[in-house]
Amino acid sequence: MTLPNANGHPVLETGGDDDVIEGPLYAPGKRLFPQAAHGRFRNIKWLILVITLGIYYGLPFLRWNRGPGEPSQAVLVDLAHRRFYFFFIEIWPQELYYVAGLLILAALILFLMNAVAGRVWCGYLCPQTVWTDLFYAVERLVEGDARRQHQRQAEGWTFNNILHTGYKHALWLAIAWWTGGAWVLYFADAPTLVHELATFQAPMVAWSSIAVLTVLTYLLAGFMREQVCIYMCPWPRIQAALTDEDALNVTYRYDRGEPRMSLKTGLAARDHGQSAGDCIDCNQCVAVCPTGVDIRHGSQLGCVQCGLCIDACDTVMDKIHRPQGLIAYDNENNIKRRLTGQPAIYRIVRPRTILYTIVIVLIGSVMLTRLVTRPTDGITIAHDRNPLYVTNADGTVRNAYTVQVVNEQDKARLLNFSVRGLAGAQVQVIGVEGSGPTFPIKVDSDDTRDLRVIVTGPLTTPKHASIKVTFSVTDPLRKTTMSATDNFKTP
Amino acid sequence: MSMNNTPHADHEVDSFTGVSTTGHTWDGIKELNNPLPRWWLWTFYICIVWAIGYCFAYPSIPLINGATTGFLGWHSRSAVVQSLTDLQKTRGALMETLASTPLDQIEQKPELLAFARAAGAAAFANNCAPCHGAGGQGSPGYPNLNANRWLWGGTLDDIYQTILHGARSGDPKGHQGSMPDFGKAGILTQPQIEQVANYVRSLSGLKTEAGADLGAGAKIFADNCSPCHGKDAKGNIKIGSANLTTKIWLYGSALKTIEAGVTNGHGGVMPYWGGRLDNTTIKALAVFVHTLGGGQ
Repeated sequence: MTLPNANGHPVLETGGDDDVIEGPLYAPGKRLFPQAAHGRFRNIKWLILVITLGIYYGLPFLRWNRGPGEPSQAVLVDLAHRRFYFFFIEIWPQELYYVAGLLILAALILFLMNAVAGRVWCGYLCPQTVWTDLFYAVERLVEGDARRQHQRQAEGWTFNNILHTGYKHALWLAIAWWTGGAWVLYFADAPTLVHELATFQAPMVAWSSIAVLTVLTYLLAGFMREQVCIYMCPWPRIQAALTDEDALNVTYRYDRGEPRMSLKTGLAARDHGQSAGDCIDCNQCVAVCPTGVDIRHGSQLGCVQCGLCIDACDTVMDKIHRPQGLIAYDNENNIKRRLTGQPAIYRIVRPRTILYTIVIVLIGSVMLTRLVTRPTDGITIAHDRNPLYVTNADGTVRNAYTVQVVNEQDKARLLNFSVRGLAGAQVQVIGVEGSGPTFPIKVDSDDTRDLRVIVTGPLTTPKHASIKVTFSVTDPLRKTTMSATDNFKTP
Repeated sequence: MSMNNTPHADHEVDSFTGVSTTGHTWDGIKELNNPLPRWWLWTFYICIVWAIGYCFAYPSIPLINGATTGFLGWHSRSAVVQSLTDLQKTRGALMETLASTPLDQIEQKPELLAFARAAGAAAFANNCAPCHGAGGQGSPGYPNLNANRWLWGGTLDDIYQTILHGARSGDPKGHQGSMPDFGKAGILTQPQIEQVANYVRSLSGLKTEAGADLGAGAKIFADNCSPCHGKDAKGNIKIGSANLTTKIWLYGSALKTIEAGVTNGHGGVMPYWGGRLDNTTIKALAVFVHTLGGGQ
């Protein structure tokens, strides 16, 4: 329904003044000056930061002996030769489903983390969080803590401020450059590439990849920061739909904190036998928040649940001699239970977490079993499509196939190739001497060999037929056989 | 163009949004005059500057005798030549090995065989497939290269020579000789042609017409055809005469088709590729065709 407004023009009724969208639909980014926090969760975050960045920057240099002719880098994506090396695992392009399985596992683990303790991924492990944290640390190191940074902003561009800001950006760019540099090391032999980079011999693709990743790291961790989490990342939206009332989230226990009032007023109120919350509205939880939210408004999209407000609040609680944990990993259920005098319950083990764990273990073990027992040789057949069959001068019919024999082992192997299923058939393998029934095929280490195989049926082969034939390779040493079937077609 | 939300003095301001209108109305719906986003506008300006620079750097403005050349000197033809040169460089080592390896030794070396087959397949698709078909399966008049009957010989060297010089191609070294037009030239009469056609069908076990005089056909064959096709009708690869005793028929095995062949003759042309394709490519093609399955 429409109502006329003050000017007499019809406007949409919106149900109240608050709902009218005024101004632009998106808010311009505001620079945050989060204060440094100290405490348990901050220490955990430092530890995780050191470990994850240590892995990221250091892993390409870890060596892993795979024998001669094979790359000796523990983790390597060899795009040119289409191989992915991960310690003892070597993935070929046709085995990419392991990577798909890994992504499914990663998603399920994310769900499990969420069911247990909310956005632990966002708060502690996400690269965006880790690098932003590192950049904040550099910023505080150079420009001082939040208070000093505010001062600098108020001072404007003094010589000292220009010097410090320049220094900060130089450090940021150096970290960003090293971040992009480490990335490309996963795609080539790291020590060689480092040497090439240092002597300006590296290929163009390395330089451009580093340049793009440097700019992205610099922008994402230095400028966009919490905006990435709030505006760009899909996970907060998904997470909000996945969470339940038993999941532990960083929670302001308003049952204990409210009614909030200043320390003095609170003391006075308690003296007069009135109720006073433990929250003294000191705003420390907001001051340390890296995304600038107020946790006291409850669970919200902007909160990455890094736990820094817990540290800040615990520090304050210690100072005012109240028990820690006004902000803690808790949930709405427990707050309601405490309000009605019931004890809090923590249900980490519940159908949801059990189910996630079972599925994770199931998929993980299936993948691991497959990985450990996967064959190291393989055979695939492609029947000539054009022509499907050829009539010979004597009236016999011939079919041609391209047979691909795969040897994933680190040594060259001699495999016995044979074709069965067509009585009286003559087999010819182009480039291989002999007329069967088995053909010795040498396949180089870590290689595939294409064979052109020509099968000629005897005159007695039925017409208009499609006869199943089996192609196999046998390893005479390991007594293993791989087979594949195709059809022999006649006119 | 307004870059901010200040309403135009001369245009009505929309009361709901506070934005001025452009004055355009459609059935009472008024167009608001919202400014373009600044980033969009700047991207647009940068694109204009880029386009102007591009016009000077690259061939762009059409003139009567071609376009302006641009100061970078870029040319689509030279870009193609460059990428072809690069391609040769990447293939370099194997291409050189292929060039220097004698034809009969290529198939013994697995890596070289695979390379020759790949190179041959590409050259075949570009040059041979229009007549012989994508898989070399042929069609009436164009031999099936997978089959094991060869007009001009099926050894690797025979195939190489045929590709190099062609047949009835105008190359003096090419294969010569064609099937004469016995009917049109008046050498054989229509009844004789029918008799010899029936006889030819009987050679490979095909059904003959009821009442056909095979004896007369055999006599006509011996008199007219055997000089080229041989007394046993098994043909002669030196002159490209077909083996008439097999199940393979270049033009078809129907009686009418054979009669038409005897009447009008045959003389399909296989072009010569020497001089058009380089020798290495012709070697690769010979290996490819030889390994299709019918090679001898």
